[in-house]
Formats: sequence, structure tokens, C-alpha cells
Amino acid sequence: MEILLTIISITGISTVLAVLIIIAEKFLNNYGECEIDINEGDRSLKVEGGSSLLSSLAANKIFIPSACGGKATCGLCKVKVMEGAGPLLPTEEPYLTPEERKDGVRLSCQVKVKGNLRVYIPEELFNISEYIATVTEINDMTHDIKEYRLEFKEGEEIKFKAGQYMQIETKPYEKVREKAIRAYSISSAPSDNKAVELIIRRVPGGVCTTYMHDYVKVGDEVRITGPYGDFYMRDDSDEYVLMAGGSGLAPIKSLVMDIMEKGLDKKMIFIFGAVSKKDLYYEDFFRKLDEENEKFTYVPCLSRPEPDDKWEGETGLVTEVLGKYVKSGEGMHAYLCGSPGMINACVDVLVTTDFSEEKIYYDKFS
Amino acid sequence: MSAPQINPFIIFFASIITSNMVLSNFLGMCSFISVSNEFKTASGLGKAVTLVMVFTTVINFVIYKFVVVPLGIEYLRYVVFIIVIAASVQIIELAMDRFLPDLYIKLGIFLPLITVNCAILGISLFMVIRNYNFWQTLLFGLGSGLGWWLAISALAAIREKTGKSKIPKGLEGPGLTFIIIGLMALAFMGFSGIFVIQ
Repeated sequence: MEILLTIISITGISTVLAVLIIIAEKFLNNYGECEIDINEGDRSLKVEGGSSLLSSLAANKIFIPSACGGKATCGLCKVKVMEGAGPLLPTEEPYLTPEERKDGVRLSCQVKVKGNLRVYIPEELFNISEYIATVTEINDMTHDIKEYRLEFKEGEEIKFKAGQYMQIETKPYEKVREKAIRAYSISSAPSDNKAVELIIRRVPGGVCTTYMHDYVKVGDEVRITGPYGDFYMRDDSDEYVLMAGGSGLAPIKSLVMDIMEKGLDKKMIFIFGAVSKKDLYYEDFFRKLDEENEKFTYVPCLSRPEPDDKWEGETGLVTEVLGKYVKSGEGMHAYLCGSPGMINACVDVLVTTDFSEEKIYYDKFS
Repeated sequence: MSAPQINPFIIFFASIITSNMVLSNFLGMCSFISVSNEFKTASGLGKAVTLVMVFTTVINFVIYKFVVVPLGIEYLRYVVFIIVIAASVQIIELAMDRFLPDLYIKLGIFLPLITVNCAILGISLFMVIRNYNFWQTLLFGLGSGLGWWLAISALAAIREKTGKSKIPKGLEGPGLTFIIIGLMALAFMGFSGIFVIQ
């Protein structure tokens, strides 16, 4: 009896207090409808106040990267808040540099929506979506590189900037028990928005490349997300140096196609580095562009051409060829895509030709 | 036990000055020392503590007299008091987040820590031990809260001054703070000829 009485009374008191807290929460945590203005009027969301900015945005299908799920431990969910965020919280301090604090960068998981907010979200972030795409084409480009065309479901579209990449999520296969996520640049043009084309080079022992090369067949479905990345064309120059090695050709092809389709008046030189003739691909595409366009120059460069290749073009390392074709880089932009070794070497060469280092954009494939 | 017939107002003034919770009973010391760097924040915490004290002593009094005693579960009073205090702090935190966001952020972790501020549980326990009636309890809670607020505000004001003064290196920080608190306690004790409770 006494035990029962104890339990009942404690439970009773706790229940009453819990109800009081719930009522208080309903009343006090009710901030009404708040407006989140994104990118100076680009988009405007009406959300119920009281939750974090991160979850309010996620509820509206804007996914800010976050690994910890809103506990302020990963520091990934940074968003620039121009107005309405309130003072910086001690929980955010460790993740923000002095410059970021000055710019109003906040952890969106810690900012509570209590009123109207003005935020800045990089365009690429609210473009990121998940697609279950169907493989409609697989083309052998070279002995170890394949081109995949992944078409989205009816009605789905993608908006990306030429040069950006997608992430493929593999399913477990054979000995690989866990799914893996790997990034691949889009090689198709942004105008082709109902599908993406990816170029995947087989990496011996690679989890995702093996999966794509050996297990994925035409008609299969692949889970992809994107677009990601800040390797894309900046429009404030008319002269571009484009360089790629191996599968690094993918974003460059997308970039060139984009420029051609839009009819932009840009002078371009594209230096493509490969080992021998059997590693060259999209040859016809680029040679045709070269012939038809005065302003586009295609320079394939083989580091070790085989005797059978009967190669008459450039030979040697891309860095040597680069020095030969680019004398002065003043006012020019460079877009480099390939292995880290190649990119570092090219950046060193470009800097000696008056290239401003900020105007050298690159995407290191590793 | 019969209720001592002390005038509630004597309890009120005594608990502000001579029986000050922090300066004569040394309860609620942790936030008293750590949040007393800046007058504004200290005063804010003082208000929050006062609010929680009045709120919880009254609720605890009602629950104790009308639930705990009739049911004969006095042995559960610590649990009951703690739950009530925790719930009150929770509600006050929500309210502060809504209406005083700046203060809410400044107080940071010390606001939820009011839950375990011993001064607050102390009031509820003293009220039971001393067998106070409702009015005595109400004014005891209010007086103790105001006393705590007065003490932390005074300490913060002094510390703001000493923060800008040249003080011997060895005394910087907690050293000087404890000396100040000691002197303040002496000063408050100076009133003990006028009125004192227990």
C-alpha cells in the first residue's frame, strides 16, 4: 500500500508538472509564422517558429550538410545569417573563425527561428537532391574508362553548373559489405537536365569503380546525389586555359559544351594529358570543335606514345606543353582537373606566366 | 511542532540582510561566484533566482501542506521539492528564451543550474523545518531571493571596480573575490542587532 502510494503520488506530481511544462512550451515556444528570406529575395519560406534553422530548412527540402544531426559537434551546417539570428551562442564559438563571425556565419543547428530571418545559402546547397537514376547507356571510352548515362525519373530535373560533380552511392556487393559514396564529375552539359553523364575510370581494387564497371548494367538503378562542388566557370574572363588528365576530362567537356551552347565568346585552349593513344577519348568531339571554332584549340599531349601510335602531336608532360602554349596568363582563367600531382605542377608553371593564383580553379581527383 | 509566531515581515527583512542565504548560510555559492563578473548579468541571474525562489517555495508549500503531509509521504519531500524546482526552472528558461533572449544567452549554463542551486532547495527545506505558515513562507522566499539578488549585484558591482583596479597579483581572481565576500558577510552581519531569525 505504502509503495503504491509513493509511486502514485510521485507520478501524480510529476504528471501535473509535465502537463504544466507542455502548456508552457506550447505557449512560450510559439513564435508564430516566421519568414526566412534566402539570398536576398531569391526564395522565401514561411515556417513555424521555435525550431532550429537547420530543421526548418530541411522541412522545406533545403539540405544543409550536417553530420551530427544538430548537436553542434560537427560544425558543418554553417549558414550566413544576415538578420534575425540573435547573438552568437557559446556552443557555436569553437567552429567559427573570426572572419566567419564578422560575416555573420552561424551554425544553422544552433540558430532558433524566433522571427523573420535573412539568410544566405550558397546556390549549390539548395540544389542538392537525391535521384534514383536509371543507367541507360554505358560506353567504353578507353580500355579503362567508361561513360555512363544516368537518366532521372519522369519529371525530375537537375540544375547544375558545368564542372560540378555528383556522388554515387554503391550497394553492397560481393565482399564489400557496406555501401560507399564516391564523387564523379558530370561530363554532360547543364542543358541536358533530365540526365547526367559520368566518366568513370577503373581504379584497380576501387570499391565504387569496380562496382560501376563490373556490376552495373544498362537498366540498373543507381542512387546519386548532387550537384556538389565549386569547380565551375567564372564569367569574368574571355580567355581560358583548360587542362585535364585522364578522367579529369569530364568536367572540362561539360564546361566546353556549356560555353559552346550558350554561344559565349571565349578563347579557349584545352590541353589534355594522356599516356598513349589508347588513353585518348572524345577525340572526334574535341577535334571537330577545334576545326569548327577559331577560338577553340585542342592540344592532346601524350607522355609516352607507343611506336604503333604514329603520334605526331605533342609529347611529354602537360606542364612542358603548357609552357609552350601559354606565354602570358594575365587576365586569363585556368581550369585544371586531374591528379593532385599534375595540378600542383601545372599551378607552379601557370604562376610563372603571370597567372593570378586566385584565377586558377582546379578539381583534384584522388 | 507549533509554528513560531514571527511576524512575516521580520522574516522578510531578516532573510534579505542578517540571514542572507548566501552571506550567512553559504548556500548558492557556485553561481554567486561564477556569474558575478558583470553587474548586468549578475543582476539578471539575481532576478531569475528570486523568481524561481518565490515560485518554488510557494508551490512547494502548497504541495507539502496539501499533498505530502495528508498522504503521509514526508519522507519523499526531497524528491518532490527537487521535481518542482526542476519544472519551475524549465518553465522560466522557456520564458526567458522568449522574452529576454540576451540575458538567456549570457546566463548560459547557469540558468539551468539554478535547478540545483542549494539556496533554492534550502528555502523549501527551512520552510518545513521551521514550520512556517503560508505568509511566512511567501515572504521568506521573496526575502531570500531579494537577499541573494542584492548580494550578487553588490559583489558584481565591487568586482567590476576591482577588475579595473591594480591589485596584487596573488589576489587576482578568486582570492580577492573570497575576501570581498567575507567583508560583505561581515557588513551584513552588522545588522544582526536589529533582527535575526534562527
